[in-house]
Formats: sequence, C-alpha cells, structure tokens
Amino acid sequence: MEKSLTWREFVITRLIQTSGYSAIVFVALIFFFLIREGIPTLGEVELSSLLNLRWYPIEDYFGILPLLTGSLIVTIGAGLIAVPFGIGTAVYISEIAPRWMREILKPLVELLGGLPSVVLGFLGILVLSPFIRVFLDLPTGLTALTGSILLGGIAVPTVVSVAEDALDAVPRAYREGAWALGATRWQTIWRVTLPAARSGVLTAVMLGIGRAIGETMTVMMVTGNAPVLALKLGSLFSPVRTMTATIAAEMGEVANGSTHYHVLFFIGMVLFLISLGVNIAASSVVFRAKKRAERILS
Amino acid sequence: MKHLLARNRHLVQRIGFTSITMMAFATVFPIVATVIYILIKGGPAISLEFLTGFPHDGMRAGGILPAIIGTVYLTLGTAVFSVPLGIAAAIYLSEYAADTPLTRTIRIAIINLAGIPSVVYGLFGLGLFVLFLNFGTSILAASLTLSIMTLPVIISTAEESLRAVPQAFRTVSISLGATRWQTIQRIVLKEALPGILTGVILGLERAAGETAPILFTGAAFFLPRLPGSPFDATMALPYHLFVISTQVPEMPIKIQYGTALVLLVFVLTMNLIATIIRSRARAKRQW
Repeated sequence: MEKSLTWREFVITRLIQTSGYSAIVFVALIFFFLIREGIPTLGEVELSSLLNLRWYPIEDYFGILPLLTGSLIVTIGAGLIAVPFGIGTAVYISEIAPRWMREILKPLVELLGGLPSVVLGFLGILVLSPFIRVFLDLPTGLTALTGSILLGGIAVPTVVSVAEDALDAVPRAYREGAWALGATRWQTIWRVTLPAARSGVLTAVMLGIGRAIGETMTVMMVTGNAPVLALKLGSLFSPVRTMTATIAAEMGEVANGSTHYHVLFFIGMVLFLISLGVNIAASSVVFRAKKRAERILS
Repeated sequence: MKHLLARNRHLVQRIGFTSITMMAFATVFPIVATVIYILIKGGPAISLEFLTGFPHDGMRAGGILPAIIGTVYLTLGTAVFSVPLGIAAAIYLSEYAADTPLTRTIRIAIINLAGIPSVVYGLFGLGLFVLFLNFGTSILAASLTLSIMTLPVIISTAEESLRAVPQAFRTVSISLGATRWQTIQRIVLKEALPGILTGVILGLERAAGETAPILFTGAAFFLPRLPGSPFDATMALPYHLFVISTQVPEMPIKIQYGTALVLLVFVLTMNLIATIIRSRARAKRQW
C-alpha cells in the first residue's frame, strides 16, 4: 500500500512537471515549423525581390514591403485609439468610478475582449465602412482607417486590464501622501499614481499593440486588401493589406511546397518574431519594475 | 491670487474627471450597442428551422445546424487537450516550481504563447498537425491548434486561483500526514476549483469564437452532412459567418445577422456562466 502510493505520487509528479515544461516545447515547436516551411523562401526568392514594392504572387512578385507598411499603418492607427481610450478607461475604473460603477464596467470591457473578431469584422462591413464612406466622402469605406478603429476596439480590453492592474498595485499610501500634501485627486492621478504605475502602463500599451498587429479576421474583412505601399498619412483613407490578412486570404489557395506557400510561412515567421520581440520587451519591463519594487521594500 | 489658483485647480479637476468619464463611456458604449444591435437585427432570423436545418441553395436559405454542431465539437475537442494540460502546468508552476531560470523561461514562453497572432497558430497547425502528422484538415487538427492557443489563458488563470489558496491549508494538510499530491488533489484543487473553471470557460470561449487558427486546419466551406469522425473537416460558426459575409454573393442579410446572433449568444453564454461562477465563489469564500 505504502509503496504503491509513493509510486503513484512519483508518476503524477513527473506528469505535472512535464506539463509545466510544455509551454516552452510549444513555443519551440511553433518556431521550428515556421522556420522549416519559411526558410526555403530565401533560396527561392531573391532578397531584393522580397524587399520589392509589389506583392503579386501570381506573377512571382513577392515584395513584402507593402504588407509590412499595411500592418504598420493599421496598427499605428489602432494604437492612437486604444492607448488614450484604454488608459483613460483604466484610470476611470481604478481611480474615479464609484464601486458599483466599477462592477458594471469591468465585465463589460471583458465582454469586448470575448467578442469574436469575425463578428466585429462583420459589423465593420455592414455598419462602419458604409458610414466612413459617406461621412468622409471616400470611394470605398474599406480602408486602413476602418481597420484601425475596429482594431483599436480589439486592443482596448488588453490595455484596460493590464493598466488597471498596474494602477491597483500602486500602494494606497502614495495617494494618501499626495492628498495630505494638499494635492487634488486629479493632481494625484497625474503626478503620483500614473508615474508610479508607469512600467505597468507601458506593458499595457505594448501588449495592446501586440494584440493589434496579430489580429487577422477583422482586418482581412474591412481593410479592402489592396497591397499598396502605405507611407503617407493619406494611406489611412485608402485600402491596405496587412501581413496577417495576406496569410489568411492566400494560404487556402496555394499548393503545398510552392514558393508562394513558403513566402506565406516566411511572413508568419516575421509576425512570430515581431510578437516575440514585443512580448519579451513587455515582460522585461515588468520584471525590471518588480525588481525595483523589491529593492525599495527590502 | 492664491484663492484663484486654488479654485482653478478644482476646476481643472472637474474638467479632467468629466473628460476621463466620457472617455470610459465612449469605450463601453459601442460594446453595449454592438450586442444590442445584433440581438435586434438577428432576432427575426431565428427559427427552429434556422437552428436545426441544413443550409441549401448555396447557403442562401435553410439553417446553420452543421456550423453550430461543428463549433460545439471544436470547443469540446479543444477542452479535451487544453484543460488537463493547462491545469497540470498551472499546478506545476504554483505548487512545485522554484524560482529558477527554467521557471522564468516557462513564464516567458507562456506570455509569448499568449501573444502569437492567431493566424500564425493556423500556419503552425497546418505545418505540424495537418501535413507533418498527416491528420488532414480535420476536427482533430483544428482542436489541437486551438488547444495550444487556449493554453496560456488556462494556465495563467488557473495558476492565479491556485496561488490564492492560503498557504496554511497546505501546511495543515501535510502536517496531518497527507502527501504533497493528496494535499493538492483534495485541498488545493478543491478550493481553487471555481477560479480554475472560470479561466477554463473564458479560454474555451475565445477558442469557440476564433476563425484564423481553423482556416487551414479544419474548417470547411460547406458540408452536406455532419462530420462523422475526428478526422473529418467541419463547418464552424465563426468561419461560416466569415464565408457568408464576404464570399457568397447576394447572401440574404437576415441570415448573416442570424448567424452573427447565434455565434454571439454561444460566446456570451459561456462568458455569463464564467462570470456567475466567479461571483458566486467570491461570495461564498471564507478565507
């Protein structure tokens, strides 16, 4: 009895340990398969042609610059919306709102995080893009701007929840100290609480932007999917095509193992590396801040 | 002068508070409006035939049963893989792992898994499950892909609720002669269950609404019958909504809104259940 118990315990502990390591294994596996299918691109397509300004795979033009700039412009637009509204909402929920209001707003913002992106894209096509076409008098409502607005909405819940956690973590004594010195609540928020939560808010912004770069279905449905170089501000009002949308739209139609197939995996690899960079940067900010807090407390 | 300044900063505060409040409401209002709008526009499409029938006339008429069933299959399939693995990983992080470089690497890996774009998961699933392991475009391949995507959500929420169980519970149990695993199984897991369940449902909710990861791993444009085995492809609600709103010309608008409504209700019901479990557990908790 005693022996079988320890044996069972041993097996279970090992199983749990293996599961614990699984996250590392999966990240490695994902990277491995992206490289395996994506790296052949470098042998099949000249580097100069990859940096070309034309994406037209049917005639073997694989310039990924238009897709990069497309992703960039939509993401910047989304950031311009999600960052102020996200941080504003987080400040409201954490610092200003009465308790009952907080209990209503928090689940609502969480709800936005749970809305399927395809539903937002669907409403984007039927409601937002006709509105933008008429309101801004454009030839089409399927523009980078349309994508930015919806992506902003998708990034907001991430920004709100991370920023709110950061604001919550600021010790109450900081605020009380400021109030005791005669600062108004507003001055306290701006000069004490927000600066104290700076690193967490920065993480919130980075994770929100990371979320926006990777979003696929919504942008594919509402940005019009024209692979043109988007460098001017005016590009915001014309159709663009992002990296994610390109993969989603074209992967279904390519032959496995063809050059086009490899290039799409190559784009996936670029996306993977971008998100890896954003997330490692975001988490290192958190770790640094934690270390600083530990120093102060010790 | 001093008096004026003092009054001024209270005016600044009032303006500041008003604008922040308006920003918060501007953020929340579209969410509520979206849900209500879809409920109103999609409501008239809902009928028994719509929910239990097959699509016909090039999907321009009939019901969406195969898409509903498909989403249920995919959600259950995702649960089969991601729930045990995710909870076990959370137990490891909360109960076993010391703060070593390896543990920190695991945490960074989890953060990264959470940030990888959904379409990249789709590529990975295509490369590993569909082609390399030769599962084909199937429920199995799509569920496995969705599982890995859901894993970070389940691990982090489960770990958080495990850590919330007071250390004293463990100490007492061990001092009464229970082994470590007995303590985890009968004390810690039991106490953390509502929190874990909430995380699991929220993770699965996200999987149920995803389209990009199943695009090339298991989603079918149209199937005349229900999938018969895990190796069959399947229709799914999110993909179906994408198809009928972008790929099918002259699609009746009513069916589009109806499909959006069913997907929304599916997802919101899961969200609601998670919220209820969480708030009930909070109310009952005595520590």
